[in-house]
Amino acid sequence: MYTFSKNLKTLAIVLMALGIIGIAYGFFNAPKTTAEVEQILTEQAHHDGGEHHSVSEADHDAHQKHLEHVLTQMQNKPWTAVYVACIFVMLISLGILVFYALNYASAAGWSPVLFRVMEGLSAYLLPGSIIFFILLLVSSFGGNHLFIWMDPAIVEHDVIIQNKTGYLNVPFFLIRAIIFLVGWNLYRVYARKQSLKLDETGDLSYHKKLFKATAVFLVFFIVTESISSWDWIMSIDTHWYSTLFGWYVFASFIVTAITVIAFATLYLKSKGYLEHVNTSHIHDLGKFMFGFSIFWTYLWFSQFMLQWYSNIPEEVTYFIFRIQEYNVPFFGMLLLNFVLPVLLLMNSDFKRLGWIISMAGVSIVFGHYIDFYLMISPGTVGGSWSIGITEIAALMFFAGLFIFAGFTSISKVPLLVKNNPLIEESKHFHY
Amino acid sequence: MSSHYEAPIRKPLVIGEKSYHDITVDVARPVEGRANKLWWTVFTIALVAFLWGVASMAYTIGTGIGTWGLNKTIGWAWDITNFVWWVGIGHAGTLISAVLLLFRQKWRMAINRSAEAMTIFSVVQAGLFPIIHMGRPWLAYWVLPIPNQFGSLWVNFNSPLLWDVFAISTYLSVSLVFWWTGLLPDFAMLRDRAITPFTKRVYSILSFGWSGRVKDWQRFEEVSLVLAGLATPLVLSVHTIVSFDFATSVIPGWHTTIFPPYFVAGAVFSGFAMVNTLLIIMRKVSNLEDYITIQHIELMNMICMITGSIVGVAYITELWVAWYSGVEYEQYAFLNRASGPYWWSYWLMMTCNVISPQVMWIKKIRTNIMASFIISLVINVGMWFERFVIIVTSLHRDYLPSSWTMFQPTFVDAGIYVGTIGFFFVLFLLYSRSFPVIAQAEVKTILKSSGEFYKKARDNKENHQSLNH
Repeated sequence: MYTFSKNLKTLAIVLMALGIIGIAYGFFNAPKTTAEVEQILTEQAHHDGGEHHSVSEADHDAHQKHLEHVLTQMQNKPWTAVYVACIFVMLISLGILVFYALNYASAAGWSPVLFRVMEGLSAYLLPGSIIFFILLLVSSFGGNHLFIWMDPAIVEHDVIIQNKTGYLNVPFFLIRAIIFLVGWNLYRVYARKQSLKLDETGDLSYHKKLFKATAVFLVFFIVTESISSWDWIMSIDTHWYSTLFGWYVFASFIVTAITVIAFATLYLKSKGYLEHVNTSHIHDLGKFMFGFSIFWTYLWFSQFMLQWYSNIPEEVTYFIFRIQEYNVPFFGMLLLNFVLPVLLLMNSDFKRLGWIISMAGVSIVFGHYIDFYLMISPGTVGGSWSIGITEIAALMFFAGLFIFAGFTSISKVPLLVKNNPLIEESKHFHY
Repeated sequence: MSSHYEAPIRKPLVIGEKSYHDITVDVARPVEGRANKLWWTVFTIALVAFLWGVASMAYTIGTGIGTWGLNKTIGWAWDITNFVWWVGIGHAGTLISAVLLLFRQKWRMAINRSAEAMTIFSVVQAGLFPIIHMGRPWLAYWVLPIPNQFGSLWVNFNSPLLWDVFAISTYLSVSLVFWWTGLLPDFAMLRDRAITPFTKRVYSILSFGWSGRVKDWQRFEEVSLVLAGLATPLVLSVHTIVSFDFATSVIPGWHTTIFPPYFVAGAVFSGFAMVNTLLIIMRKVSNLEDYITIQHIELMNMICMITGSIVGVAYITELWVAWYSGVEYEQYAFLNRASGPYWWSYWLMMTCNVISPQVMWIKKIRTNIMASFIISLVINVGMWFERFVIIVTSLHRDYLPSSWTMFQPTFVDAGIYVGTIGFFFVLFLLYSRSFPVIAQAEVKTILKSSGEFYKKARDNKENHQSLNH
């Protein structure tokens, strides 16, 4: 049995507390009126050494419009910070659940010693989904301007969005979200239950039930994952579309999820809890991190290159804006998400070393945070972006909650599944 | 590799009371025996089809591309459809030998040899089309960036058709090396068993002096793993590049970002269907039912089911995004597929690719050999139509209604396609009589962990022990 260590618990609570303070600071600091925006812009211009030129009467209207535009962006900024961190961490826990399901469905012989770690970490899915759904509710009822298609004033003048309202309308959007979130959570609760029953009774019928439920879940997942990424991420840039998008989002969070599993495994192992986990298990996790990093890059490149190549104005603006306004993170994340993991994890011996996995893992987690940030922020904050206190605080809050929920769940039951038919293979796994 | 322990829940991969020697004999039998009448009949049919194809190709090159059914609007039809179809089929071989190796799937060992052979023979068929669909195929060497006397006139590296050249040629070479490396121990086995001086000589040359020392085996395993690691991104990128031929364009119905992974999924789907078709026949005629078991067929069916579902998701995604995009050309492209003059090909494709693999959810069907055989054929028909639908229905009606037209293949189009099927079977039939169709060296490594006899012996021993306690 694992006992939730005091240090880790304190860390989780401190992260959450600091996170809340930072988020509050972000909302408090956001400008309320166009006058404040003007002041901020003036200050920025001075900082940049530029000159503040006076506005002529004719330009006044345009200027006022610009100020309103920037005001919306700046007010969106703390919302975006919370939204990005919330969806990112929630999808990580979903990814952990999916990785668990994949291992279960494929009758993997190496991973059953890690099942309890995965089951435990995915416990965040429930609180994560609840908070995320609340955020969606806030957006849907006009609490912020993250989704421009939810703003009737914009839709009124936008024919392109009007054509999409059959799909993009608040009731349907929320119904879909409920179905997805409830579906995923149901599987997680069911899987946990069956897994524990199998532990207690040794009755293989629970294994079979879980196996079947897993297959159903994976089918449900592949469909709902695509749709949810259109809903929750792609619809922010309402004019833009890409058929690959759903799978691209999947690649991004599954690689992060595997990394987080590796982190938790290394941590628990270092505390002496995972008796049967050896370097071969770490090696396998490292291979998955390596492989999925390349897979993510493949999808990133496919989506980017195809739109860059054909250069169709309607869709290429998506990338032009990112390259112009977000140049460093846009290309920098390739270093974090591709170059570093691939170079670090190429060597077979390296994949057995905890500190190498951790280094590559840190690169992957931060790289994919930036990836999610880049999917969302350009559509909500536009050019007024920065990664500062609010963004980091939001990430801290959800990371703290993730650790708290995950490790609380891990501490409730034994860390080794008992009667899984493949557990012996996993205990003796050696590669 | 993983330890000798294997969970009792896993089903045996080698049926019967086999020894190492039995495996050798079973694998060598088709090579050492003589071909029967049935083989000669099928071979003759394949050869005739092949020769008919050669004649059609010669006619095309001699007379001109105008002998095909192409027109000014539809510049690509059966040629590229067949090309993509054959490349797609080829992908399962690499998937089985490389990806399944990376995932430590022991069941791949009985099927990888034939799957790789299938890869190579179908990539050869695919490789014909980029040449013969050229207006001036004798200038095909101009696609290669070689220094020349035109002031060193080079190729433009921006075209996916050029990437195709690199992709396909690399793919063929790597697959060939991968296949041949795996064959060395097996050729050595045939060499050591050869009775006639001629066969002895042939297999001595083919086996490169393999003597099976520890050092050789160690390097052999390492090379296989490295090649598997290289072949996996290769297999993804090759069909991705093939998909770029369409996706980089601005044609509605072609320009879509999902093509790269979706083409790869489709390739695995059709390739596995083809492996299934071939192996269901091969296990029967070559008496290899103890090695290519129902479980192998079931697992291949499951992969067809999974990739078929992925393809299904991609179809729906494309349809949805076409609507969501609000681009009327895109919307029309899909409306035209579903209800235009080629509606039948679209619905045939949908039925074969989306519905037929879903029956595999039923265990009775996926463990039924006849049903698997039929569905695997249905899938390959469906996947041919998928490429046809993508290519022709997007081209025959696009931006300018004044350019709308129809496509009607000629007997030359058909002749070449039939010819490649004939050529494929000529190669595959020759292979199945002269090559060890099962990687016996690999199967021997799993005999004691996954052989039925050994598994039973182990179970009994465990039971006895628990009784004694």
